[in-house]
Amino acid sequence: MNKEIVSIIQKDHLYHLMLKGERADGRAFDEFRDISIQTDYIDKAEGSAKVELGNTKVVVGVKIMPGTPFPDTPDSGVIITSAELIPLASPEFESGPPRENAIEVARVTDRGIRESGAIDLKKLCVVEGEKVWMVFIDIHVLDDCGNLMNVSALGAIAALLTAKMPKERFGLGEDAPLPIRDIPVSITAVDIGGGILFDPTIEEENVAECKLTVIFNQEGAISGMQKSGNGSLTSDQLNNIVEISCKKAQEIRKKFLEI
Amino acid sequence: MNEKPEKFIDENGLRLDGRKIDQIRDIKIEIGILNRADGSCYLEFGNNKIMAAVYGPREVHPRHQQKATRAIVRYKYNMASFSVEDRKRPGPDRRSIEVSKVSREAFEKEIFTELYPKSAIDIFIEILQADAGTRTAAINAASLALADAGIPMRGLISSCAVGKVDDTLILDLNKDEDNYGQADMPIAMSTDGKITLLQMDGHLTQEEFKKGLEMAQQGCREIYELQRKALIDHYNNTQKEIIQDAPVESVKDISTESATEEDPIEDPVISDDVPDNGYIANDDEIKEDIPDEKEEVILDEYEDNPAIVSDETEDDTLE
Repeated sequence: MNKEIVSIIQKDHLYHLMLKGERADGRAFDEFRDISIQTDYIDKAEGSAKVELGNTKVVVGVKIMPGTPFPDTPDSGVIITSAELIPLASPEFESGPPRENAIEVARVTDRGIRESGAIDLKKLCVVEGEKVWMVFIDIHVLDDCGNLMNVSALGAIAALLTAKMPKERFGLGEDAPLPIRDIPVSITAVDIGGGILFDPTIEEENVAECKLTVIFNQEGAISGMQKSGNGSLTSDQLNNIVEISCKKAQEIRKKFLEI
Repeated sequence: MNEKPEKFIDENGLRLDGRKIDQIRDIKIEIGILNRADGSCYLEFGNNKIMAAVYGPREVHPRHQQKATRAIVRYKYNMASFSVEDRKRPGPDRRSIEVSKVSREAFEKEIFTELYPKSAIDIFIEILQADAGTRTAAINAASLALADAGIPMRGLISSCAVGKVDDTLILDLNKDEDNYGQADMPIAMSTDGKITLLQMDGHLTQEEFKKGLEMAQQGCREIYELQRKALIDHYNNTQKEIIQDAPVESVKDISTESATEEDPIEDPVISDDVPDNGYIANDDEIKEDIPDEKEEVILDEYEDNPAIVSDETEDDTLE
């Protein structure tokens, strides 16, 4: 609902570029913008990462502390993911409690980490039914130039990989890294007039009617998906996106591990 | 909560609740059961009990939300505190906000919002009893409530989930399959087969996704037939009631003019046997078609029924 107003001229421009097989910033349809990741960005956090994807900037902080488990999973640690689209990051964002866009980013990021089994939650149990480690993943968007879904997911897993469980501070032994088993990678594409563009910029996101995010685990299986936007996709388009995304996810994971 | 079953599918290929792997749960539909709402639908999908109400097109509050060129669509998915095993804290939580968002997006393109600028179409969903698949059931109910409210739509939206248990794809998960299954993928589909909602969590390979999508689409088609039938039944009954209650003279009117008058009574959505053509024709078509038909009918009446002609002449003389 708080989508930026796009001029008809811009919409037309992006559409006609698409017809010629081009994009406004000269990328190929399936080309991602440059990724840079800086881990251990915040000393006070147990894990943190500042991620840039093109001009989009996001900081993810991980705080870890002991707490009580949920009654239905007494032997598992807890992951809580939240995202804040702070007004500093875009003229469209407003202060106040998270709205549906922020909630969607947080929940889809959470889905990727949870469903791929990225964190071995059983190993976060201290005393069954009483004390487990709680992992809070907080996503702060600093500059929204498009594709928050993928940047947040990259930031979250980067921050988790470098996070230390502060066992010493709570008298529970020596500090240790989080038990990470998988590195989920999420890939987002938008549909502009039938053309499928990966890693959309904010202009492309605003023009597009439909967006699909697919999250892959290490073995290339799908861990999560989310369609957003008013538009619809045919099953051929969906299968096509999933196929290309799978290859893209492997590329991104490789790059990610190099960094 | 039940314990995790050892096996979800028995040696005969049947699931724990006796269904085949590609069989949806029973659906019961009642349309137009709320009096104050402009359109409503009560839907049971297995053990889910869903109430949907539609208000609008109506004035937008708060005003700043209104759009100059089209109606806004608002979708509120709400779970009753008693709808689940452990009491749910009333009010919107993050899950219901997300469900509301994606469900709204599943409908927005299907509604002719451009016909109602500066107005709001509100869809309210109340989950009275939840038993896995509430968002899909709610979308099916909302679709019918919209039709019942007479909101012009390109077609109905039907929704259904596919999931995975014991490494087998299954259609329309029940509670245990949802809790302990390996994947859950709800989709919603328009009448022309386009996907308007897609979410997934769990673990699916690309092949499974492809196959699962087809299964879910088949499920949606089955549900579409049930929705369509429910609408036709409902409006046939209301039409009969109107005829029965009406005074004798007006009954005659309805029967003689039925050729032209039936269409507006039937819901627009029913007429989408030809989905491409929709029920909204080009302005030109409307202008051309309707007067022609009326003229014909009137002419027929003059020819067949001399009484009308004499009536007319009487009137003339009176004047």
